[in-house]
Amino acid sequence: MGYFYQINFYIFGLLAIASALAFVTRKSPVAAALWLVNTMFCLSALYIMMDAQFIGAIQVLVYAGAIMVVFLFVVMLLNLGHPSDIADMRGTWGKLIAAGIGVVLLAQILVIQRQRLPRIVPDVEAPRNVITGIAQPLFNEYLLAFEVTSVLLLAAIVGAVLLAKRRG
Amino acid sequence: MEIRAYLPLLLLMGFVIMNAVMMLGLSHLTMRSRPTAVKQSAYESGIPPLGDARERFSVKFYLVAMLFIIFDIETVFMIPWASHYRQLSCAVPLSNGLCPAGNTSFFGLGEMLVFMLILFVGLAYVWKKGALQWD
Repeated sequence: MGYFYQINFYIFGLLAIASALAFVTRKSPVAAALWLVNTMFCLSALYIMMDAQFIGAIQVLVYAGAIMVVFLFVVMLLNLGHPSDIADMRGTWGKLIAAGIGVVLLAQILVIQRQRLPRIVPDVEAPRNVITGIAQPLFNEYLLAFEVTSVLLLAAIVGAVLLAKRRG
Repeated sequence: MEIRAYLPLLLLMGFVIMNAVMMLGLSHLTMRSRPTAVKQSAYESGIPPLGDARERFSVKFYLVAMLFIIFDIETVFMIPWASHYRQLSCAVPLSNGLCPAGNTSFFGLGEMLVFMLILFVGLAYVWKKGALQWD
């Protein structure tokens, strides 16, 4: 883990945090969604630095690509083009609840930081092909779970069509 | 994997960002601002703009986006399968990356066929319901 690693970790980590902050502070929903895409890209870079290249690629493909498309479409469907019209939790109660959730999250991070977890997983030799580590268990031990996933996707297809075509 | 292998990608990202910043920044620095009503109107392929861009979008766009995501996830499962297929189509562990003769198995092909068959039912349903038609 040389300087190259550290410099990149801090660059992408800070960019991810800055984009996330921009995401929650932008008034325009579309601009906020684009900042979230930036956050996803930075997270993907961090995944790649953790030797999880497949997760990094999927992060870009699914989160930065597909999920954001749906976010933007929801924004367009709800007609939130005019930022002043957004009825959100700006009152005292909203602020109190948000502060409470923030304190709980911070406490959780602190607790996790203090825990000394036992090393349950022994250091295994990383396979030469990174994707093998995912494919080997997925298509052998967890074959049934993999096949059931297709049923889950089928349910999602039917649900999407039913919801969108109900009036048609 | 050595993280330094990604240096070219990092350089490319740096150049892309620099390019965008310079294109926007230089044109901003060198422009002379003389706005007129016509100049400030939205560019809509040369014709006068029709109404506001911020109107309600049809739910059909949303349906297309949802179906795109679902079939996108299907692809996500196919990437590890394809990269691991050589081992999945062999009943014994590979030796030197090759399957010993006479050990070919249809296990890998079969499991992906079942997966895709179930999703094909979904595609057939979408097709039958006319969700791929625009109107």
